Amino acid sequence: MNTLLERRLLVVTGKGGVGKTTVAAALGLVAARAGKRTIVAEVAQRGDVASAFDREGSQPFEEVELAPGLFHISIDPQDALEEYLRDQLPSGVVAELLIRSKVFAMVAAATPGMRELLTVGKLWELAQLDRRTPGADAYDLVVVDAPATGHGVAVLSAPRTFAAAAGSGPVARQGKIIDRMLSDPEQIAVIAVSLAEELAVTETAALRTSLRERMGLPLERVVANALDPDRYSPREATRLEPHAAHPAVARALRAHRRALRQRAQLARLRTFTDQAPVRLPLHPGGPAIELLADELTAQL
Amino acid sequence: MTSGTSGIDERLAGKRICIVAGSGGVGKTTASAALALGLAAAGQRVAVVTIDPARRLADSLGLEELGNEPRRVDATVLEGHGIEMRGELWAMMLDPKATFDGLIAKLAPDAATRDDVLGNRIYAQLSSAIAGSQEFSAVAKLYELDRDGDYDAIVLDTPPSRNALDFLDAPDRLADFFGGRALKLFLVPGGIAGRVMGKGTAVVFGILKKLTGVNLLDDVSVLFRSMGSLIDGFRERASAVKALLSDPATTFLIVTSPEREPVAEAIFFRQKLREAGMPFGGLIVNRAAVLTEAEMTAPAAIHAALRDDLGDALAAKVAAGAEDLQILAARHAAAIERLRSAFDEPDPIVVPRLDGEVQDIDGLLVLYRHLAGRSNST
Repeated sequence: MNTLLERRLLVVTGKGGVGKTTVAAALGLVAARAGKRTIVAEVAQRGDVASAFDREGSQPFEEVELAPGLFHISIDPQDALEEYLRDQLPSGVVAELLIRSKVFAMVAAATPGMRELLTVGKLWELAQLDRRTPGADAYDLVVVDAPATGHGVAVLSAPRTFAAAAGSGPVARQGKIIDRMLSDPEQIAVIAVSLAEELAVTETAALRTSLRERMGLPLERVVANALDPDRYSPREATRLEPHAAHPAVARALRAHRRALRQRAQLARLRTFTDQAPVRLPLHPGGPAIELLADELTAQL
Repeated sequence: MTSGTSGIDERLAGKRICIVAGSGGVGKTTASAALALGLAAAGQRVAVVTIDPARRLADSLGLEELGNEPRRVDATVLEGHGIEMRGELWAMMLDPKATFDGLIAKLAPDAATRDDVLGNRIYAQLSSAIAGSQEFSAVAKLYELDRDGDYDAIVLDTPPSRNALDFLDAPDRLADFFGGRALKLFLVPGGIAGRVMGKGTAVVFGILKKLTGVNLLDDVSVLFRSMGSLIDGFRERASAVKALLSDPATTFLIVTSPEREPVAEAIFFRQKLREAGMPFGGLIVNRAAVLTEAEMTAPAAIHAALRDDLGDALAAKVAAGAEDLQILAARHAAAIERLRSAFDEPDPIVVPRLDGEVQDIDGLLVLYRHLAGRSNST
């Protein structure tokens, strides 16, 4: 089995507010430091190609270099649609005609699974060694800052659903090719970011189930983010008790109880994957990508 | 630091509709539920409209059986928590699709048209793909509940939206869609439609069919023809819904955590509200590390003071914990300061990080006391 960084696609998902984007960026940095040419692709979560209805032309999506070997792109389904049409249609004039056609935009929006398919199609394109985008260099690794859990799996399963529904035609054919990559554990890994809190852990469990049912994929790793330090042994906690009148000790005891609750949730997270969850501490001064990357490197 | 002089009750005086907005994961749903519970306890008949609440919170309110209409939270559920329930709490889980379908059914001139639209293969897809349709459904539901006049107050927990604008723009977008050129192309009999269907549109569909293998032309034509009779009703509804958003009895509460992205989004949303001339009722900063004067003691002093009692090593751990907390609190205070100046709001409601997650009636009551500025502990 390929190690994590040897895959082509790392999909990072999780409940809203758990620090998904920060973890995806830190993972990208880990890979770039390891010498992989890496791109972190943010998937627009708006979920509407139909914004095409009132969009004046669109800016092509740019691949921007954030750090040596680390790039970033924000994928908008409309951009993906335009790129796809320009690539697929023999005549540029026809492509432009379609891109400007409101009827076409509407029909594209109305086609089941189209938005997700376009998004995932672009991810697939980024992960190809021989890219279709003219003049584009290949990436060793694509890290996907995916939409929140529920929608994340919908995006991954779009090519499969679409190919099954359409039956024939180039898109269905391409859907099958893309699906082959997305359901191959040698090429893709899904990573869930979670807090050690009941709601987030429950959502991670649901993600694991739907990933297995809809994609046949395992949940590769769990990243437990923003953990409070687990400072005190049971004996130390007992020694703190009599001094609870001191404000700092009272806080220490509260922190200890918080850590105990987190421990229970970490134990739940541990049952979801073969490998223990990656533990990222809460950084009181604010999350620092560099530090998070150090911590990820040590635990991956 | 205290939670300010003016609590949520004062801010909502005279308001019938409270829309709770903010980015994902900041505690919008629990804040909405806590607020509704508090208002109901104070004697109002309150409906809280929420989307996808966490299971245990839903269970604790008896929400699991709910359909797309509010149901009364059984008074016995609220007993034994040290509050007197003087009003009524109603709750519903919004089903955006059912709401949108219901609207179509109401606006359709006859049963045949309704069935044509609702049974159409691409209607379901289109109704969820139109930008802001989920947001629109939420406000449309709000409009219906308000118009029926059964409640003193309605609290809406907004859908998790990447872009706050989706919410404010939803009625306009939907109205544009229903009045737009694209739709009209299909509706003018003979004339333009014939011409366009004969050429441009046929080409578009031809290419689409070639690419996707899906022939949608018939479905699209049928759908849009049947939708034709709905246009006027829909646009009328969209403008009524839009008017409700800026009604003097409506107010927006913005919830954020003191973290960077949610703060940026809260500031952005505040600005958009201002530009749209929509009413802003207050800012709630949730899960902030808030310290008392005594908790600000320098870590070295804490270490020194506790060394005799706890021993050097344990005292050092407590001091290190205090230092972390002080750094966190300072960062959160800076975020709150940034919000204060961006919002031009000297007195936001600051809710401290609570011990444990809010997922039952007791938790909601604790949260409500903080929102109301009636908590004497952090």
